[in-house]
Amino acid sequence: MSASHAEGKNYLNCEKGLWSWLTTLDHKRIGIMYMITVMVFFAVGGTFAMLIRGELYSAGRNIVGPETYNQFMTFHGAIMVFMVIIPGIPAFLGNFFLPMHLGAKDVAFPRVNLLSWYCLIVGAAISLVSLIYNGVDTGWTFYTPYSIETNNGTTWMVAGAFVMGFSSILTGLNFIVTTHKLRAPGMTFFNMPLFVWALYSTAVLQVLATPVLGITLMLLIAERVLGVGIFDPTLGGDPVLFQHFFWFYSHPAVYIMILPAMGIVSEIITAFSRKVIFGYKAIAFSSVGIAVVSFFVWGHHMFTSGQSEAAGILFSFITMLVGVPTAIKVFNWVATLYKGSVRFDSPMLFALGFLFLFTIGGVTGIMLATAGLDIHFHDTYFVVAHFHYVMVGGTLMAIMGGFYYWLPKMFGRMYNEFWARITFVLIFVGFNVTFFPQFILGAMGMPRRYYDYLPEFQSLNRISSFGAWTIGTGFLIALFVIIHSIRRGEKATSNPWGAKTLEWTTSSPPPHENFLETPVVTGGPYEFR
Amino acid sequence: MIWLNTAAAHASTFMPPQGTEIASQYDKLYGFIVIASLISCVLVIGGLVMFALKYKRKSENDKTAYITHDTRLEFAWSFIPFLIFMVVFVWGTYIYLELRTVPKNAFEVHVFGQKWNWDFMYKSGKKSTNEMVVPVNTPIKLIITSRDVLHSFYIPAFRVKQDAVPGRYTKLWFNADKVGDFQVFCAEYCGTNHSRMLAKVKVVSKDDFEKWLQDNPYKDLASADVGQKVYNAKCIACHQLVPEASTSIAPSFLGLFGKTRQFADSTSAQADENYIRESILNSKAKIVKRVSGEAFPPIMPAFAGALSEEELVGLIEYLKTLKE
Repeated sequence: MSASHAEGKNYLNCEKGLWSWLTTLDHKRIGIMYMITVMVFFAVGGTFAMLIRGELYSAGRNIVGPETYNQFMTFHGAIMVFMVIIPGIPAFLGNFFLPMHLGAKDVAFPRVNLLSWYCLIVGAAISLVSLIYNGVDTGWTFYTPYSIETNNGTTWMVAGAFVMGFSSILTGLNFIVTTHKLRAPGMTFFNMPLFVWALYSTAVLQVLATPVLGITLMLLIAERVLGVGIFDPTLGGDPVLFQHFFWFYSHPAVYIMILPAMGIVSEIITAFSRKVIFGYKAIAFSSVGIAVVSFFVWGHHMFTSGQSEAAGILFSFITMLVGVPTAIKVFNWVATLYKGSVRFDSPMLFALGFLFLFTIGGVTGIMLATAGLDIHFHDTYFVVAHFHYVMVGGTLMAIMGGFYYWLPKMFGRMYNEFWARITFVLIFVGFNVTFFPQFILGAMGMPRRYYDYLPEFQSLNRISSFGAWTIGTGFLIALFVIIHSIRRGEKATSNPWGAKTLEWTTSSPPPHENFLETPVVTGGPYEFR
Repeated sequence: MIWLNTAAAHASTFMPPQGTEIASQYDKLYGFIVIASLISCVLVIGGLVMFALKYKRKSENDKTAYITHDTRLEFAWSFIPFLIFMVVFVWGTYIYLELRTVPKNAFEVHVFGQKWNWDFMYKSGKKSTNEMVVPVNTPIKLIITSRDVLHSFYIPAFRVKQDAVPGRYTKLWFNADKVGDFQVFCAEYCGTNHSRMLAKVKVVSKDDFEKWLQDNPYKDLASADVGQKVYNAKCIACHQLVPEASTSIAPSFLGLFGKTRQFADSTSAQADENYIRESILNSKAKIVKRVSGEAFPPIMPAFAGALSEEELVGLIEYLKTLKE
């Protein structure tokens, strides 16, 4: 390879043609393929969100009937969860930067890495077959027995989610092995960037929790196709058992979505305040702590399901414990700014936006963890607002921040700072306008997944719809900023932000195997002295 | 604790009216957490904004402090949130147990969820649909189940909610301290008309309740009038009395009786008494086509066992009176 490096070759232009991409084993190229995939799915899921807010603009029928609306809401949820947020950070930014953060040439199993991308594509294709069979109207949670009896393409959507699960498991497996085996000389665990710690904790969750979802979805398919009677009460099954299985995966999945986002925020905050992170070990161990505890809190989704009071109290207690490591992280990030040298480029704006929104998502999480309070809030818009504050206000803000942060490295081009800041303002303001009113709607008692609502809920719903369209505009502009940057952006230097992690020591874009010479690490990842 | 009451009053501005004593206790805890959350948000976000502005980069040669950690500070900001969480947990658990522990001698009502209605059955044999009448200042225990999929019985004013699960009974209790009508929602997604699965709790004086219990709603009514009552309670959410449009989710009842029905399997039949009866009790037996030619979605639940013979006959007679 050294000959080609001399000619200014990088991972983007060292091979040409679509075939070279579809068969690539380079973790960076696979990361870029995930980027495109996730962006396409995000556009589709986002379009459904815009349509949902269009329908909810006024009480009564606006643009579609209740059956179509229920499909919008299902496709929005399923696409955003399984095809955007879960692969969004680990498989896209993680794939690209985890090996580089470790000083490695690639992940441990490059072929498995490519396979995981194909699992996502095949799974997504199977899911979309459901559209031929009248779509899916179960909500992304597939609660039984409705998901057993509804007469449409649910089986295909569930089968697709099953296949996509393998994508997640394989990526997680790859990251665990890579982190253990491919660290550069001198890269001890405590010299690893916090993004790696976050991805490592995520990977453990992906490997341990996703199989439970796979089994559950298989049982649901068996139920629908063969009538085995595990969840169907008319055959002696128990519909609540499905909820236990489902949330045993899907609660850890929430942390699969948020932990990597926390990793990105750690990177951006240190780079843009040019200061060593405050409490490195506390942040690293709190990622692991959150990952472990997240396996024992699933019952907080089921306070009203009919589970026993003892279980309710226990799950409420354990859920409160998750709040502690989460709070620690937030305090550490704020403390990192103290006596720093803070620049407000777009990645930093998104990271600070993350802190703002995630704090609100966090305190409302405590309200929902309080068993007595959750009885009223459960299945209302309060919950919808809460998890959007965490998933969109948290994860998506971090993805956007990470995207702008690493764009110069990935494509060797700078983005337009002015327009990138405009996207931040639109997304951040639009987000609060959309979702803050939903806390109030939920407190007032408006249940979620409602096609129609009582007249007293209309004004707040209207505000929410305007906010959603503002977010949509922001993301649309962001798309143009990104495309423009890749095609016409100014050439980027190898380290435009003056950051200290290893990916910035190699050229932008990086050469085929990342580093011309294997880096030797002598200190921590944030040595701004 | 005056500030707490004030806070609770402010927080409950955005809450539904308080229909029970527990609802006001609930709002106090909610008010406390809202205030605690506001303070934490102001501290965190205020600190964030303050540091970010104060330590804004002035030149590219800025030197920054090298502070790796501070064990005492970190212990403090782990332990203090932990203590607050424990206060909230204990207080929340107290309210949770209040909400979940049914007093002895509570008056019992059976509740059945069925797409997309709530049926109520009293021990005296009295039944009602989408309107649950209960006496004021009396502990009421609801024994809830579902005839088809999951539903959730939710009364915001009482701050209570309980899933209706097919194949098992779940419980919920409340003691309404005000006379009036209170909204009931279905809070667990149950398909097409989930958002129209609404009901009312009508809290009345004990005397009025006794009178209502004795009252036979169908007494001295003509069959068609009985049918109209049943229609208004159970059918109106889907079957509307307007000419069928492409957006209708179910066939219109206008002029239905006596008409020739075209079915999805390309057969047809005249809508007579037997056809109506079968369509109500076993709704998926024959699926009607829309005017446009495609079949209606087979979403109607079967009403076998949910209607009395009197109500069934009433519905048939009522349909006969509806002309296009």
